[in-house]
Amino acid sequence: MSTVLAPNPQADPMVPVLARITRRIEEVPDVVTFEMEAPDWNGFAPGQFNMLGVFGVGEIPISISGPASEPDRLVHTIRAVGPVSRALAGLAEGAALGLRGPFGNEWPVETARGRDVVVIAGGLGLAPVRPVLYHLLENRNDFNKVILLYGARRPEEMLFTGELSAWRARFDIEVAVTVDHAAIGWHGHVGVVTSLLRNVGFDPASTSAFVCGPEIMMRFAARALVDAGVAPGEIWMSMERNMHCAIGLCGHCQLGPVFICRDGPIFDWARLKPLMMQEEL
Amino acid sequence: MAIEGLERIVGAHALFAGFGDEFLELVSGCASNVRFRAGEYLCREGDPADQIFMVRDGHVAQEIGAPGQGRMTFLTIGPNSVIGLAWLVPPYRWTYDARAQDDVRAISLDATCLRGKCDRDPALGYEVMKRFMPAIVKRLHDTRLQLLDVYGARS
Repeated sequence: MSTVLAPNPQADPMVPVLARITRRIEEVPDVVTFEMEAPDWNGFAPGQFNMLGVFGVGEIPISISGPASEPDRLVHTIRAVGPVSRALAGLAEGAALGLRGPFGNEWPVETARGRDVVVIAGGLGLAPVRPVLYHLLENRNDFNKVILLYGARRPEEMLFTGELSAWRARFDIEVAVTVDHAAIGWHGHVGVVTSLLRNVGFDPASTSAFVCGPEIMMRFAARALVDAGVAPGEIWMSMERNMHCAIGLCGHCQLGPVFICRDGPIFDWARLKPLMMQEEL
Repeated sequence: MAIEGLERIVGAHALFAGFGDEFLELVSGCASNVRFRAGEYLCREGDPADQIFMVRDGHVAQEIGAPGQGRMTFLTIGPNSVIGLAWLVPPYRWTYDARAQDDVRAISLDATCLRGKCDRDPALGYEVMKRFMPAIVKRLHDTRLQLLDVYGARS
């Protein structure tokens, strides 16, 4: 007689566990942050992502946006933009959802020890680099200058404004924000995020950069950093593609010779540049 | 008491850093020091673009009004930047308002004066043009990125 065994989520990365939303925070219109609990969740490394799914709708990759130093606290920030993300963002506190992960590699924060660190984020891209910022600030003495440059579409669409204000008040991190356009009354910077690079001082020969945002923004940020003297191999960015399996099997997220889910999502500009510059790849 | 000309200040600004002494003297002949308090306008849309502002201190918001959208800031610039590219091409009119966000110190170049000198001395004109072209190209490039609306939601 054969026995049908229930899939063991811990053994099979394709089988989701049932996670539950414990707190729901409306960040800005169409963007929510969930604090969640999931069985057997053992934490993550900054840069990793989970596959979050709404049963009957679908599953998408979402970066983890909370502190890696608090393994019990699982945080995701989601923008409602497609069918699955809209369904996810519409979930209420207490709702259940499918979770697989964590997947992917991590931001190489250890290689940045003793160096200047420039973090450039655009739009929702602040969420995937937020774990890096937590790590840098929790281990502040391990790094030289720490600079955050953040660009958003409009002041009303800036994420984590409370934390941005708190970080700006600190003396051990330089924070500059900009928006693409603003109504009168905004006293901050207006212009593209790369324009902020001109106003901050760092040693390009000893700088590691972590960049996350829309791909075109990352491309131009990388170029601006290279123009400033930062080595292409020290410019790291988090890539986004149409990830399905998250373990390098299905090929949906293939970018030339790499699978974003398995080999990334974090890559350095020296490796990415020839891939990103090739259309339809 | 010796009266110091503006050559040193003009030459210290990023726009004319490393500019030849002879040309610097010619350009500085069109220059004057100006100050604006926070909230004051440096220029208004539609007015003759008869000045170029080389910002030394403070920040300036470039604004435009759109029906139904109210007034909007599309660019802010700070020290070592330039306001005023419209002086180069007819009809020499400002196409936006520029408002001091905080107290601003700047060098104002008389555009008519500078155009006249550039017309009379093509070598100067070419050097001046080479100084303004990077700013023009950068504005074009940045504007292109802003138009792409890269942070906009896509499904």
